[in-house]
Amino acid sequence: MAESGARTVKAPEFGQTLRGDSWWAETIPVVLLLGGFGLYATLRAFEGRFYEWGPYLSPFYSPLIDEHHRWWKLSPALLILGGPLGFRATCYYYRKAYYRAFFQDPPACAVSEWKRTYKGETRFPFVLQNIHRYFLYFAIIFLFFLWKDVFQAFNFDGKFGMGVGTLVLLVNIILLTTYTLSCHSLRHLAGGKLDCFSCATFGKPRYKVWHWLSILNERHMWFAWMSLISVGLADFYIRLVASGAIQDARIF
Amino acid sequence: MAEALLKVFRGNKDGGQSVEFKVPVAPGMVVLDALHYIQGHLAPDLAVRWNCKAGKCGSCSAEVNGRPRLTCKTRMDSLPQNEPITVIPLKTFPVIKDLVTDVSWNYKVNKKIPPFTPKPGASWKFYQDDVDRVQEFRKCIECFLCQNVCHVLRDHDKYDQFGGPRFFVRVAGLDMHPMDGVSRTKLLKNDLGIGLCNITKCCTEVCPEDIHITDNAIIPLKERVVDEFYDPVLWIVREIRGARET
Repeated sequence: MAESGARTVKAPEFGQTLRGDSWWAETIPVVLLLGGFGLYATLRAFEGRFYEWGPYLSPFYSPLIDEHHRWWKLSPALLILGGPLGFRATCYYYRKAYYRAFFQDPPACAVSEWKRTYKGETRFPFVLQNIHRYFLYFAIIFLFFLWKDVFQAFNFDGKFGMGVGTLVLLVNIILLTTYTLSCHSLRHLAGGKLDCFSCATFGKPRYKVWHWLSILNERHMWFAWMSLISVGLADFYIRLVASGAIQDARIF
Repeated sequence: MAEALLKVFRGNKDGGQSVEFKVPVAPGMVVLDALHYIQGHLAPDLAVRWNCKAGKCGSCSAEVNGRPRLTCKTRMDSLPQNEPITVIPLKTFPVIKDLVTDVSWNYKVNKKIPPFTPKPGASWKFYQDDVDRVQEFRKCIECFLCQNVCHVLRDHDKYDQFGGPRFFVRVAGLDMHPMDGVSRTKLLKNDLGIGLCNITKCCTEVCPEDIHITDNAIIPLKERVVDEFYDPVLWIVREIRGARET
């Protein structure tokens, strides 16, 4: 064990560092984007209206459960948002982002943090990060519903068509799909858990899948942000159209 | 010739201070060159650990302008020209003298890890696909910059509960080897404290060998720990299989 008392040049106070760059700046977009999205999503989840128009259904409300409030009196979004919220909250990329930006744990690399009892992800609530793969399973189920919504968005009163909302939902589902496919847990389950691909049953196809998922996984951060922005914008667009603030433009 | 002002830590385990040195800067010069100039012309007793000066031995780790780096791979012209350059020893380990720290704690952690243990009766026939992953981990030069920057050690002093990124890379290289027959998952959870890592990726950011420590070693190992200790479905599957086999 190292003798901590001998570390003569250790910075003792929060934020102390010899770094001369603007290390604090990297947390600003995370706080703004994650905080802003959290606030918007909460408001929209409780709003309980302006979530569908014509063939469009907001991704915040899909799958739509008990739309007519037979047994659930609150907003239907509250019945389903736990799935995608849990998937993002336990995501390995977002963990890095919010541990740094919101918990300042650490605020940045080689920048001192507050002295406090640190348990990492070994105790409640953060030990629950270990069930990320179960949220992944939910996310995959949600993807089926969201793809169904996109196909539905091409159906204008029984006729094939496309509006701006269709494109918005299409881009959104592509980004959500790539974000889900680039998940670290999926990469592990698909093949990463194997020690020997050539020795395992279906080892070769699993290696191929693991290899392709690994390529996506390298861009997991990008997909995480893009899909977060797209899902927020998709809901916002449908809200604008459903509330009558704007009109959906038909492309054909 | 242009000059750079270096503020270099001078001291030992009882304390010390930064001392200023003016060093002439030549094209292509790295921070280790500047430290050698100080040794050769200004302070012959300056203690600096180095060996290859080619970014392969991992000896010359220090903190340059607050960032953990190899001094032999940090070019002087990559640093702000008109400001003093601070060079201090690795903060996470005890100072022996000046820029030399005692990193022996790492070797004690290393001893906890069961070495490569071939599967009984292994045929020693495997394919490139099987070893793609572990080859990345073999690039580690044990510079301990990842250990130094990891906040679990640096800020929270978890030396007795945590192994650190370097040893997660080592375990990954062993556990993912197709011919290795030992599971180190329990060791990871209990002795190396992988749960203390909150994957903030600083280790990956400082790695001079560009090993994707977090994405390719730590997270896959965390997933293996989940397989064995936190996934209830896999636990039931194991119980059923175990019951069938007995």
